[in-house]
Amino acid sequence: MTDRKPLYLMSPALAWLTAFMVVPCLLILALAFFRRGIYGGIEYTFTLENIALVFDPLYAGVFLKSAGIAGLSALIAVIVGYASAYAIAAAPARRQPVLLFFAVLPFWSNYLVRTYAWIVLLNREGLIASMAHWLGYDGELPKLLYTESAVVVGLVYNYLPFVILACYAPLSRLNPEIAEASRDLGGSGWTTFRRVTLPMTFPGVATGFVFVFVLSIGNFVTPALLGGGQFQMIGNLVYAQFLTANDWPFGAALSMFLIAIMMGLLTLQTFATERASGTRPEAT
Amino acid sequence: MRTQANPRLMLMILSAVFAFLYIPISVLVGLSFNEGGLPTAWTGFSTKWYGELARNSDVMGAAFNTLIVALVSTVLATILGTLLAIGVEIRRRKGRFIETIIFAPMIIPDIVLAIALLSFFSLLDVTLGLHTVILSHVVFNLAFVCSVVRARLKTFDWSVVEASADLGASTPVTLWRIVLPVMLPAIIAGALLAFTLSVDEFIIAFFTAGAGRDSITLPMQIFAMIRFGVTPEINALATIVMAVSVIALALSQRLNRGGLPGQ
Repeated sequence: MTDRKPLYLMSPALAWLTAFMVVPCLLILALAFFRRGIYGGIEYTFTLENIALVFDPLYAGVFLKSAGIAGLSALIAVIVGYASAYAIAAAPARRQPVLLFFAVLPFWSNYLVRTYAWIVLLNREGLIASMAHWLGYDGELPKLLYTESAVVVGLVYNYLPFVILACYAPLSRLNPEIAEASRDLGGSGWTTFRRVTLPMTFPGVATGFVFVFVLSIGNFVTPALLGGGQFQMIGNLVYAQFLTANDWPFGAALSMFLIAIMMGLLTLQTFATERASGTRPEAT
Repeated sequence: MRTQANPRLMLMILSAVFAFLYIPISVLVGLSFNEGGLPTAWTGFSTKWYGELARNSDVMGAAFNTLIVALVSTVLATILGTLLAIGVEIRRRKGRFIETIIFAPMIIPDIVLAIALLSFFSLLDVTLGLHTVILSHVVFNLAFVCSVVRARLKTFDWSVVEASADLGASTPVTLWRIVLPVMLPAIIAGALLAFTLSVDEFIIAFFTAGAGRDSITLPMQIFAMIRFGVTPEINALATIVMAVSVIALALSQRLNRGGLPGQ
């Protein structure tokens, strides 16, 4: 078949993606530069107010908290996920696919349900409280649900399977002889890990971190359910602009900011991956 | 890998992680069968909460809506995504622009796509409802179908297509009689994946369904119920929703031995 024929196969899908993804995204990009109407509508005059408002100190707290929670979640998910992927890759070869399948399986069940499971565990009459009571603890338990920690646990829980998957790929391809060579040359187990294994599998770590960070910082379901009604992250702020505050231009500017963070991190990740695969670990 | 790992430590890590991943879900499933419905005491096995669910007309209506959305968007996405995958793989030049557009729906944050679509529909004065949810779900569904089908096409022997053309078959005939039968397992696997994604999708549906009670999907119903607190009914509903996803995914895996997308 010639090179022209593919176009008519591709055009229905490309037209769909253009109409319902590219154009809407360009639309909110444009929306970010319009003024909010007096009664909540949109006034079609150019302004940079919305962009300026994103960087207003009023919202700095929300941004810092979002970035902190997303960063902490990504860090924990990467440490736990890497250790799990390492353990799976160290298992006998025939068991690895099964272990991996069960590690990833929860990822494909409903996000709301997985988040709700933590409400069942953490709420005041929840399983943890009941267990503590049953074990004879009568005192006041610290508040578990509707805290920042609950949000972090929920995010780690939801995205951990992806990190395991991302870290397993490079770990399973690792040639064991290289680590052996390092030990033969006198490197301790830790040195071998730090100077050989980790740098060679860094792309997986970077992918996992960026993924969890990006999805966490824009998340609004987990903060809404596990953080409680007053808890605000950027995702909740965007949500509010569109569904309650009715300031669409500002909501659009906020989401452009989210996209910018995502693209920036993805570029960094590509850069880091290229560097990691292009250079050998240097000797000191 | 095996030579350097401490087996006892590895086993400890795996046990801890699997406990972390599965205990919360298992508690939920267990409680849905608890007669008393409370986590404080096990009062006996019962399926009464499932019966309760069947009598809840809000839940049944939402389930019906979700089924419509998932079925229609899966059919559309499967057709569009499969054609796209074949087109992209036949093409000898790999366009970077096209690759980006196909990849974008899978990585764009849900909330961004959701508000973009909401703004788009309201600018065009489109009434929101189940149809707008379907239009929106096709966006990410077709991208996932495309990626599953493309993975299989990488090992497809294109010389049979050339042979078919040499023997005088037109391109549509070749696609229908040669490519489609070979690709069918991958296409069904992609469709099952799309179906699960659509059944589970919450944020985009939440923004594009509008305010009407009659266009509420199951995840929207679950979200509303969760906000009122923990009830045995939600436990039962959550168990069913999870079971549906897991069964569809297991089927998809079986059909498509290539593994999960992203792997």
